[in-house]
Amino acid sequence: MDDAPTLDQLPVGAEGTVLAVRCERAIARRLMEMGVLPGTRITVLRIAPLGDPILLRLRSYSLSIRRREAAGIVLSDVREPVGAQALAEQAPS
Amino acid sequence: MTAAPALARRPRIALAGNPNAGKTTLFNALTGASARTGNYPGVTVERRTGRWRSPDGRELEVLDVPGTYSLSARSPEEQVAVEALLPRGGEPPPDVVVVLADAGALERHLYLAQQIADAGLPTILGLNFMDEARRAGVRVDVEALAASVGVPVVPLVATRGEGLDALAAAITGALAGEPRERPPEPLTPIVAPYVREVEAWLEGRDPDEPPAARRARALWALLSLGDDELEGVDPELRARVEAAQARASADGVELDRELIEARYRRIEGHVRAVVAGPRVERGASVTDRIDGVLTHPVLGMGVFALVMLALFEALFRWSEPLIEGIEALVGLAQALVREVVPDGPFAALLADGVVAGVGNVIVFVPQIALLFVFIAVLEDSGYLARVAFVIDRLMRGVGLHGKAFVPLLSGFACAVPAVLATRTIESRKDRLVTMLALPLMSCSARLPVYALVIAVVFPADERLGLVSIGALVLFSMYALSVVATLGAAAVLRRTVLRGPRPALVLELPPYRWPAPRNVLSTVGRRVKDFLVDAGTIILAITIVLWALLSYPKDESVSARYADLRAEAAATLDGEALEARASALAAAEAGEQARHSAAGRIGLALEPLIEPLGFDWRIGIGLIASFAAREVLVSTLGIVWGIGEEEDERSPPLREALRDATREDGTPLFTPLTGLALMVFFVLAAQCMSTVAVVRRESGSWKWPLLMVAYMTALAYLGALLVQQGGQILGLG
Repeated sequence: MDDAPTLDQLPVGAEGTVLAVRCERAIARRLMEMGVLPGTRITVLRIAPLGDPILLRLRSYSLSIRRREAAGIVLSDVREPVGAQALAEQAPS
Repeated sequence: MTAAPALARRPRIALAGNPNAGKTTLFNALTGASARTGNYPGVTVERRTGRWRSPDGRELEVLDVPGTYSLSARSPEEQVAVEALLPRGGEPPPDVVVVLADAGALERHLYLAQQIADAGLPTILGLNFMDEARRAGVRVDVEALAASVGVPVVPLVATRGEGLDALAAAITGALAGEPRERPPEPLTPIVAPYVREVEAWLEGRDPDEPPAARRARALWALLSLGDDELEGVDPELRARVEAAQARASADGVELDRELIEARYRRIEGHVRAVVAGPRVERGASVTDRIDGVLTHPVLGMGVFALVMLALFEALFRWSEPLIEGIEALVGLAQALVREVVPDGPFAALLADGVVAGVGNVIVFVPQIALLFVFIAVLEDSGYLARVAFVIDRLMRGVGLHGKAFVPLLSGFACAVPAVLATRTIESRKDRLVTMLALPLMSCSARLPVYALVIAVVFPADERLGLVSIGALVLFSMYALSVVATLGAAAVLRRTVLRGPRPALVLELPPYRWPAPRNVLSTVGRRVKDFLVDAGTIILAITIVLWALLSYPKDESVSARYADLRAEAAATLDGEALEARASALAAAEAGEQARHSAAGRIGLALEPLIEPLGFDWRIGIGLIASFAAREVLVSTLGIVWGIGEEEDERSPPLREALRDATREDGTPLFTPLTGLALMVFFVLAAQCMSTVAVVRRESGSWKWPLLMVAYMTALAYLGALLVQQGGQILGLG
């Protein structure tokens, strides 16, 4: 599980299912109470203009956390954004 | 818990809910003009109460519980919400709790609602934003939800007042009904032994507490204690909880996760059964499309800059005519007092102490009101959270929260409204760091000081390449203020306000139209708080400073000037006499200033401020300008005997200062001394109003005193460095 993907690695539009929340206790508890729990499906909605924080969508609401906290959220079943590959191919090289 | 005595106690309704659940709107709709605000003792959390008249004519007290995501707490601030619902020490709990939930994000909002219901409190669930949910295609089976949570459910659109009648009926029904014993929150087998261990101790302490409340308290303790900053928790309870946590951890049980997960599993079950809606809820929602623009790397930053520019314009420009109007009115009132009250010490006290003091207070109202119109609209619309999202990366470097940006920026205009604006930051430590650092931002009251000093020591035609030296110096002062603010924040974060690394866990609510009524009530509340609490302190200090500058008087000086006036009256007439009289009055004020308490303090301070290049006359200016920084200009006018009506553009004052010499005949205002004075003003806490408002907002004198101490030390060292360093470099 140590090389399992974490939330901070996901591009915009990708989604994954939470496997574990490994932040320090106070932050982990706050995140879990806001619904970031094992089994919760999370989508990365946006990344802030300066690269951090990131904006997430889960349980019908939007939550923003910093990459540092996102790095503690371990995921499974990651799905890359639909059409991302097609977009990448279109992009001028 | 003992039964409340059947005295004529007014029944209490507590209004609870997540942040952004629309609590404020509902509170305003219920209580209207009866709302009162105060602070919870010891914490900077606002306590709002009001009255509500039920349809059957009863008066009830409504308490607005601070927004919270759960009934656990690690800081005293968060604990306020918990104690409002589960009071300690035998206080009666609220008679009814109305929990607001956003119908569009039911799972997360039900987490708190279910907890409150499970604690055995008589609960009503208000499903707010029903209109938005309907529009998004979300349908909620209200009756089924009521059955599964076990409390009455009332659909609401609080902004339009929809559902308020049904809510009133539900509240009345809850008050009339017999209190029902509710079974405690169910436990999963894996957590049960640890929870029971804590419950056993709680039962020993208070055997009469209903089982549901006891379980809620045990779960609060297990989820809150351990890494908390709570005060007043029974050490025995703490030890018991920590032992249970340690045992769970030794057994390989992640207690926090197990407890929270069990609740969410129940709630997910409810929601699956009662909510029907689009599976794919994301995509073309309005909020998402707006965010596409407002958080866009280029467009988003552009809009952000424009909004902040507008805020700046409001604070600097729109407020100006209002401030000038207030100042003119205060001037009229002073003239009226002098006209009506016979000349003498009493008239002076009234005009220059009391009326000026009231003026010093109300002069802040336009900027406070304008800033809070902006903040209320930004906050209610959801944009303030986006500001924090967009700018957080920059603020993180100095240990601040994205929400600190608007207060810091407002500090360029005036620290007083800016300190009030820190209310939007939830964490106490983040708020204190912001509040204590932002008075270093170069506010508009410093500008007259810079303008006068630059005009005195840097001739306007002196240039360095394309820019004048004066412009360069002015720019440097603003740059210094920004560097000092961010540096102070970083240092405070690592020293007195050290704590857990601040994390950003920020909900971005859907965009909504702000309700004008809410905006007005926010603005009115802030202005009122300021006038009542900070205003009295400002008024008192104004009178003290006036007395220090006016007394004691030297009788021989008064007598000598009386003779000179008599002589002038005998030899001159018309305009010549008037000119002579005002010159005499100014000169007398200058001489008397030396004898006043402030003059003596200035003289006593001279050895201390001499290394900065300041003499006793500047010392008086430093004391007087504690009233407000720009007062330095008029005080120097008095001390140099030119009259107090002078402003920073006045040629006589500039020339007098340019010609001023030390006792050895060298000029007083060298460029180095001018720079040192400006650096002193950038860094010093020369503003009683800021001190008063930090006292109001931090809830104790400790923080404003710390602020004055560190800023004064910084100012002294900064000015010393400029003067002494400059001399060593041969720039004197």
